[in-house]
Formats: sequence, structure tokens, C-alpha cells
Amino acid sequence: MTDIHERPALSPTAFLDVRDLRIHFATDDGLVRAVDGLSFSVERGKSLAIVGESGSGKSVTSLGILGLYNKRNARVSGEIYLDGQELVNASPDAVRALRGKKMSMIFQDPLSSLHPYYTIGWQIEEAYRVHNNVSRQEARTRAIELLKRVGIPQPDKRVDDYPHQFSGGMRQRAMIAMSLSCNPELLIADEPTTALDVTVQAQILDLMKDLQEEYNSAIILITHDLGVVAEVADDVVVMYAGRAMEYGTAGDIFYSPEHPYTWGLLASVTRLDRERSERLQPIPGNPPSLINVPPGCPFHRRCRYEALNGGVQRVERPDLEESSPGHYVACHLPVEERRRIFRDEVATLL
Amino acid sequence: MSTPQEPGTPGKKTAARKTTAAGKTTAARKTTGAQSTAKTTTARKTAVARKTATTTVRKTAAKAAPAKTTTRPRTARVSASSGDAPANGSAGAATTTTTTGVADGGTGTAAAAHGGGGTDVRDREAILEVTDLQKYFPVTRGIIIRSKVGDVKAVDGLTFSLQKGETLGLVGESGCGKSTTGRLLVRLLEPTGGRVKFEGKDITHLSPSGLRPYRRDIQMIFQDPYSSLNPRHTIGTIVGAPFRIQGIQTDKGIKRSVQELLELVGLSPEHYNRYPHEFSGGQRQRIGIARALALRPKLIICDEPVSALDVSIQAQVINLLQDVQSELDLTYVFIAHDLSVVRHISNRVAVMYLGKIVELADNVDLYEHPLHPYTHALLSAVPIPDPDREKTRERILLQGDVPSPLNPPPACRFHTRCWKAQEICKTVEPPLLEIAPRHEVACHFPEERVLL
Repeated sequence: MTDIHERPALSPTAFLDVRDLRIHFATDDGLVRAVDGLSFSVERGKSLAIVGESGSGKSVTSLGILGLYNKRNARVSGEIYLDGQELVNASPDAVRALRGKKMSMIFQDPLSSLHPYYTIGWQIEEAYRVHNNVSRQEARTRAIELLKRVGIPQPDKRVDDYPHQFSGGMRQRAMIAMSLSCNPELLIADEPTTALDVTVQAQILDLMKDLQEEYNSAIILITHDLGVVAEVADDVVVMYAGRAMEYGTAGDIFYSPEHPYTWGLLASVTRLDRERSERLQPIPGNPPSLINVPPGCPFHRRCRYEALNGGVQRVERPDLEESSPGHYVACHLPVEERRRIFRDEVATLL
Repeated sequence: MSTPQEPGTPGKKTAARKTTAAGKTTAARKTTGAQSTAKTTTARKTAVARKTATTTVRKTAAKAAPAKTTTRPRTARVSASSGDAPANGSAGAATTTTTTGVADGGTGTAAAAHGGGGTDVRDREAILEVTDLQKYFPVTRGIIIRSKVGDVKAVDGLTFSLQKGETLGLVGESGCGKSTTGRLLVRLLEPTGGRVKFEGKDITHLSPSGLRPYRRDIQMIFQDPYSSLNPRHTIGTIVGAPFRIQGIQTDKGIKRSVQELLELVGLSPEHYNRYPHEFSGGQRQRIGIARALALRPKLIICDEPVSALDVSIQAQVINLLQDVQSELDLTYVFIAHDLSVVRHISNRVAVMYLGKIVELADNVDLYEHPLHPYTHALLSAVPIPDPDREKTRERILLQGDVPSPLNPPPACRFHTRCWKAQEICKTVEPPLLEIAPRHEVACHFPEERVLL
């Protein structure tokens, strides 16, 4: 078993490699450890999903990669390599040159992320003109082309519409068009479909998959919906209290999960593809505050199998260790024991 | 926090509509937040005349006898007494059944009765009857001289009934009128047309004072646990408000009753003097549930009660809702956009599209034998947490967006997005017909399709 922090890179072909990322914020109430030692990597043409409950640090991770944090109260450490270039210690100007061009983001709520005062077309053109030395006319042609690509009907007319004239699904398409304007190689989508209806969600996810094939870009998808993860992701990071609890391929996470928190998440969702159960199996308790994360394993107070560890979980934080090739788990339970519990006790509940 | 369900205002918004929507919500908060209609300023003169003799009798009786037990068959105590809960034992055995099919209805609903009680809810009396319910929001233009330029047909002709003890799920996309329906049933909004009968009495146009006795029987749980609790009130004040407003004395005093309610929903009695900001989302939703349960209602409208919560907390709240349902013999209308949550909790499900019910059926029938193309599209769009199945699954992708309810398509409202639409769909509106036992569908070309 190798420690994830010691290896040089998860994969030599990794396009984005995040190592031991920590993002802490100093507040009046204390130090918020929003991200506390997170490592993962994504290859070109692949999708990584970051799953977790609200307050687990998913969104802060994405903002951290893009360099969108307030330098005054955020303390960032660790390393982020984008195509070999380190970002954490890079100058703000260097990061700004990459943001929107090499890496871009789709935000959760398209209504509050679009400026109500400017037309959709203007906002797409802006992103394009910042990074490319082109005329207004060329940028406008590009905007229409992008709107057409993301499936907006009559793009040459709708380009002059304001955000309020678009429906929720169309706004999210416009956001995607904007983020694609410079053909980014890394696309971070923070809950891109949470505010949308299921039928529209299906359209947007479909579009994202098509675009990924076309541009061969890497995607980081941040979500709390395991169904969306199953549909889109190649690899999955399960986050809890700012840390990765489990990291592996989608197959590892859905068919042979080894962390009690992943089991809890999978068992607590209602599923259309299963026989209706009498009762759901919730995870007891509430997620911890990031100011006051429990010592040791952050999950131990909600863990059903806590007693099997004989107290070590309360004092010692488990490292993310490789349990099978490419599948990392941060849990004190011995590998054999975890596999047995999943096989005998958990699998029947799912 | 974005609420996907802005009643009656999907998609594009004119300034005029925005204001009506905002006005509505504030009015709604004011009334239910305080569990009272006394403050509602709108005088509904017509309704005063309709105040029936029975209502007055009931009201006085309640005032005369502090212990609610005299006026109603349920106990006023909040303890976990299972006295009035239906026999629970048989429910567990009944739920594992896998038999489906329309003819085999008996086992079907037994499976749907999820611990709600061993008896078949279908045989029980109707608690709520809704006939041709309509709600139009006028769209006006002009500031000084206001002229009506149209109507948002948020709810346009709903007919259904609800048996005591059952859970009716209302699903549909944002803007389909499901939240408006919920508000009409609680009478936070007055219907434009149609009728709502609660336990045989017409409450469609009752005045605020005429409605007051019914406020005890019909309660609501709101979507957003952050905006539905007054941040300046303690939990004791919030949960005790219904008692004070309705002027009810309990055997052991309001404080003790509130503490028992808090225990019932899984909070601690010591939380009595705390403020909402000290609680997490899931705990706040429990407080909202405790408030709704305070007066022992018979019917609770749950408007997206878990959609603002994390999955692990969602499961806790859903279990709680099921527990109190079987314990207190409650009837639920469960409004949600999440089809899998609705499947878990409902006995019957109504699928809405642009203000109309397109399909209404028992849970098993709807999910395993859906007939309406819109239901097919909805079911196929729900992602399943199983990567291998996701890759092979058939997915129906609908084109475009939901049309504006300001100007809905003629005849069948779904024909603009339906892949089966033919000439007749554009000219003749399909009625909601019972084409299999207890399975109603509004489509010219209904067809069974297996999607799960």
C-alpha cells in the first residue's frame, strides 16, 4: 500500500493533478478548514465527479483550482498542476490568463451568474475578446456559433436577448456556451443541473457529454446527486469534511465501495431501479462544522462501524490508502473487514 | 437559495407578474407562518355568506371545551401513544410484495401502504374532494390604469379525491402548477373556479374567519427550512404559535405540549429556548414539521419538504414523515419534483403538466406501467445511481422547454413536445379517462412502456 501523497503523480498522463490541497479561511469564529488535504487527478477526455454533502468543501475545491478566492483571508497550500503548470504559487496574472481560456467553469445557478444588464451575446463575446485579439464582429459570430452548438433555437436572434428572456435550461446552455468560448481543456461544472428539472437535466448532461467528445476536454463535475455521477463520471472522489473519504473509478464507488460514508450515501437515496423499500437507511446525525471537525476520522461520530476500530478512529486521522489499484480509501477498518461488511451487510441494503 | 417552484411564474417574467408572485409569497408566509388567517386583509365578502352552521357550532364547541378531545376523536396528547394509530404489524409483511398489474390491485396498494396501516386506504372515506379546480393569475399592464392583458393559467381544471390515510404525490416540472395546487388546498390562495371539499364541506370560498377551524385540520410543511421559520422567535414560540393563535389550552400547558412535539420529531425538549439559526437544515425542517403537527391536523400538504436537504438528511426526514403519518393517522399531499422520493412515500401519484393532471394512478401502476408519453419522458430522465445501467438505458430526450402557461398550446398541452402527436392532439383536448382500474390518463394514444 502506498500513501497517495508520496507518489509523484497519479498518472503520468494527468492533465490536472491536485496534490494535498488545503484551503483554510480565517473567520471571527475560528479557522474554517474547507479543504484539508485533497489529492486527485484528471486526464484529458475523462470526467471526475466530486460528491459530497453541502459543506463538505466541494465548491471551495473548484474555486481553489480556478484561483477564485480572496487572498486576504484564504490560506492555500498544496500543489495544483494544470498541464504541467503549477497554479497555487503562480501570480494572479498568470492564473487569470488561464482562467476562461484553458480552464473554465459552469456555475450552479445560471440566473445569478449571468449579468441581468447585458445581453447574452455580449457576455459570451466578452469572455472571447478578453483572451483573443478579435473584433466585435468576429466575437459576435463566434457567440452565435456557440449558441447554435449548445442547442439554442434561432441563435442569431436570441444572441441579443437578455438573461430574463431565457428559461432556466436555456440560461444554463448559455452559461455552457460562455465557458466553451475559448475551447477550454478543463471544464469545471459546479452542480450544473441542480437548479433544473429532470428533463432539462437530461438534455444538459447529454450536451456536456457530446461536447467532451468533440473537444476532448477534462471535466470536473461537482454534484451531490449520485444518479448524475453514475451517468457522467469516469472517476469519483467522495468528500466529507474537506477530505477525500474514497477515491476510485465509478465502478469502484458504485459496485465495491469500501468506506462507511459511501455506503451511507448509497443506502440513503431513493432509487427508481430498486424494489421500493419499507424504510430508508439514513446516515445518523449531521455533517460536522468545518470549524470544529472531530479529531481523528471526521466521520467517526456518524459511522455505524465505529466500534470495530477500538478507539483509534477518535484520535488518529486515517490516510487515504490504496486498497486495490486506483481505488483509495481513508478508513481505519482493515481492508478484508471492509470488504466483508460490504458483501454481507451493506450490499443487501442497496 | 433558488426555489425552482415559483408558483404560476415559470420561465420569462414580466415585472407585473413578478410583483404578484412576491406579494403572494409574503401573504402566504404571513398567514401560515403564524398559523392564522386573522391577519389576511383581503375581505372575501362572498365567503362570509357561505359560512355554514356546522362551522360555527364547531368553533364554539372548541372554545367551550379546552381539551380538544371533546370536539374531535383524536387525543390532545402528543405522546407516542399508538392508541389512534392503525395496526402496524401487518404493514411490514405486506410491503415486500412484488406482484403488480392492474387487476391485482389489492397487493399493489398494500405495498404502497408503507407502514401507514394494515388496512387498505382505498376503502376509507374521502377526506378531500377536488373538482375542476382552477387558479388564474391575472397579468396586468400599466401602473396607474391597470388593464388585464391575460391570465397565467397556473392550475386549470384538476379533479381528484384523497382517501383518509393515503399519500398523494404531485410531480411535475417547475411551473406546472403543483405548488399553486398545494396553496389552493390549504386555502392560502382562493381558487378562481372549481370546488374543494374537505370532509364533505365546501371550503372553496370560505372567509378567513370561516376557515379558521379548518386551519387546525389542514396544515402545510414548506420547502425552505431557512425562510419558513422566523429568525427572531425561539423554537418554543414558533412551535407553540398554533396553540396560542387558536386559543387552545392543553392538559399540561403549552410548554409541555411543545416539548412533547419536539420529542416526537426527534429533537430534544431542551431546544425550547433556542433560535432557528442554531439548527441545521434537517433540524429546521423537523421544527417545521413539529409546528405543522401541533394541532393534530388530519391533512398535511408537504411542498417539497426534502428538496433543500442533503441526501443523508433527506432520508431522516422522509422516515420521520412516514413515522408520524402512521402514528397520527395523517393524510399527505406530497409535492415534489423528485420522482424517486415520490415513489418511495406515495400511495397514488398525479403527474402534472402545465396546470393539468396528465396521469393519475396508484404508485405501482404509474411507475411500472406508465401510459402517458410525458410520464415516460420524466421517468426516463431520472438518472439512476448505477453506471452500467445508465449506459444501456433508453432515454427519451424532450425537445425544448415547457411552454408558457400564459399562452398554453391548444388541445393537448403536451403536443408541442410529444413524439406521438398527431392532428387530433392539436384540435381535441384529451379528457382524463380511467382506462384501467384506478389508472387515469389524458392522452389520445396512451401506451404502456416499461422504463425501470
